[in-house]
Amino acid sequence: MRIPCPLCGERDAAEFSTIGSAPPPRPSADAPMEDWHAYLHLRDNPAGLHAELWQHIHGCRQWLRVMRDTRSHAVASAEACRP
Amino acid sequence: MRYSALALLRHALTGNRSWTPAWRDPAPKPAYDTIIVGGGGHGLATAHYLAKRHGITDVAVVEKGYLGSGNVGRNTTIIRSNYLLPGNTPFYEHSMKLWEGLEQDINYNAMVSQRGVLNLCHSDSQRDAYARRGNAMRLAGVDAELLDAAQVRAMVPGLNLDSVRFPVKGGLLQRRGGTVRHDAVAWGYARAADSRGVDLLQNTEVTGIRVQSGRVLGVETTRGFIGAKRVGLAVAGNTSRVASMAGLRLPIESHVLQAFVSEAVKPMIDTVITYGAGHLYVSQSDKGGLVFGGDIDGYNSYAQRGNLPVVHDVMECAVQLFPSMSRLRYLRQWGGIMDMSMDGSPIIDRTPVEGLFLNCGWCYGGFKATPASGWCFAHTIATGQPHALNAAFRLDRLASGHVIDEKGAGAQANLH
Ligand SMILES: Cc1cc2nc3c(=O)[nH]c(=O)nc-3n(C[C@H](O)[C@H](O)[C@H](O)COP(=O)(O)OP(=O)(O)OC[C@H]3O[C@@H](n4cnc5c(N)ncnc54)[C@H](O)[C@@H]3O)c2cc1C
Ligand SMILES: [Zn+2]
Repeated sequence: MRIPCPLCGERDAAEFSTIGSAPPPRPSADAPMEDWHAYLHLRDNPAGLHAELWQHIHGCRQWLRVMRDTRSHAVASAEACRP
Repeated sequence: MRYSALALLRHALTGNRSWTPAWRDPAPKPAYDTIIVGGGGHGLATAHYLAKRHGITDVAVVEKGYLGSGNVGRNTTIIRSNYLLPGNTPFYEHSMKLWEGLEQDINYNAMVSQRGVLNLCHSDSQRDAYARRGNAMRLAGVDAELLDAAQVRAMVPGLNLDSVRFPVKGGLLQRRGGTVRHDAVAWGYARAADSRGVDLLQNTEVTGIRVQSGRVLGVETTRGFIGAKRVGLAVAGNTSRVASMAGLRLPIESHVLQAFVSEAVKPMIDTVITYGAGHLYVSQSDKGGLVFGGDIDGYNSYAQRGNLPVVHDVMECAVQLFPSMSRLRYLRQWGGIMDMSMDGSPIIDRTPVEGLFLNCGWCYGGFKATPASGWCFAHTIATGQPHALNAAFRLDRLASGHVIDEKGAGAQANLH
């Protein structure tokens, strides 16, 4: 698996680390418990394109928002982002 | 047909021409009392215990491929009950006891081999943690022994205890742990369930779950609609996809775990060894191949294959622990898709949909759980209530804060 870092070019996945799904917007502090439960624990877990966060830890250290197909591991896009 | 030494002899003398198929290949009936989705270890065990313990035989197991094509035929066959937390220990110990009587129960040779599972430790703090775990196990009536380095050296020849960076300080041994022939577990449960009248429907994919007014009515399949009063899901790595057919969104991510087998060598490792400084577990199959694996790849996947960084990591750990393995070639490698839960523990429970039951979240450790999982799931489906043994494996435990997090890693599926 290779990830096209917008700063370093296409690099081996071993240079990156992931925290998994790109999280949805954070609920407000006074949101009901169900919203926090969904935010923290529940996942769409799609078979297909999946938005996820990777960091180029052994490269430029930039966080990336990666669109990747979970059925083939093919990376469709990678954009710099703030986690 | 009952299997026995006498039957073996009789068939040998008649040229092995009169063996009959181990199970039927029936056409789906229009409706069943209970449908189990997923013909892996857990689904087939559930069908067996539904029929045998609860007398519910109007049951179909619906499997999209062939029986045992999922994780039950892809795992590294290790069984153990060396858990720490109260929600887990009695359940896994019940599973161990069922393994101990399994072959008599289902009249099938599953090659249950209690060769021991030895978890190595490499630092004083890790030894303290294992002492604590061993004590918790013994308090719960499970066998555990803490070994020092000399005892480990005597028990496992060929092990490199003297690495400068990660010396082996000792280990936690569960002698009743070991390995079981994984395919035989699927086949044995399948045959036992079939013999009590359960229909095993292979090459039948569930494509929808019919729900009306909050109650399940049956499943849509590639062979048409099949009605059912009760439906139990045991689809391992595909849980999110199948459960979403009934509108459920779950605390589950699908991840890939790889496993490896080396070329066959003479007897070298007669137990199961796990490395505490990296992640590696290794045992030797009866054919002589070393069977080993390590960490999950760490990203969501439905691909049933992994990538090279983990291969590299697992091989490094193996060679560090057993330097002689550097001369071996590995023969085969594969991946399986597992449902990683948010606290690393499983779910066996009812769902908000009346008549729909859920068995999932087994992460990379559900093979050892197969008998108890089927036993508890059958109980939950038959009585509508969880058994005391699976009472902690609730679907709503994350929402209420009653997590069972053996690793203490938090809601980060790829760290469990
Ligand atoms: C490489 C690897 C090594 C492992 N090692 C160990 C180990 O050493 N010890 C241990 O305890 N555990 C281990 N595990 C974990 C263990 O294998 C699993 O937790 C366990 O097998 C899951 O339960 P199962 O047997 O029912 O799953 P499966 O065998 O995967 O059964 C699920 C079935 O559901 C079917 N299915 C899916 N979707 C549908 C649908 N829509 N319609 C119909 N059928 C469907 C699938 O085809 C599959 O046959 C390992 C897993 C892997 C991948
Ligand atoms: Zn970069």
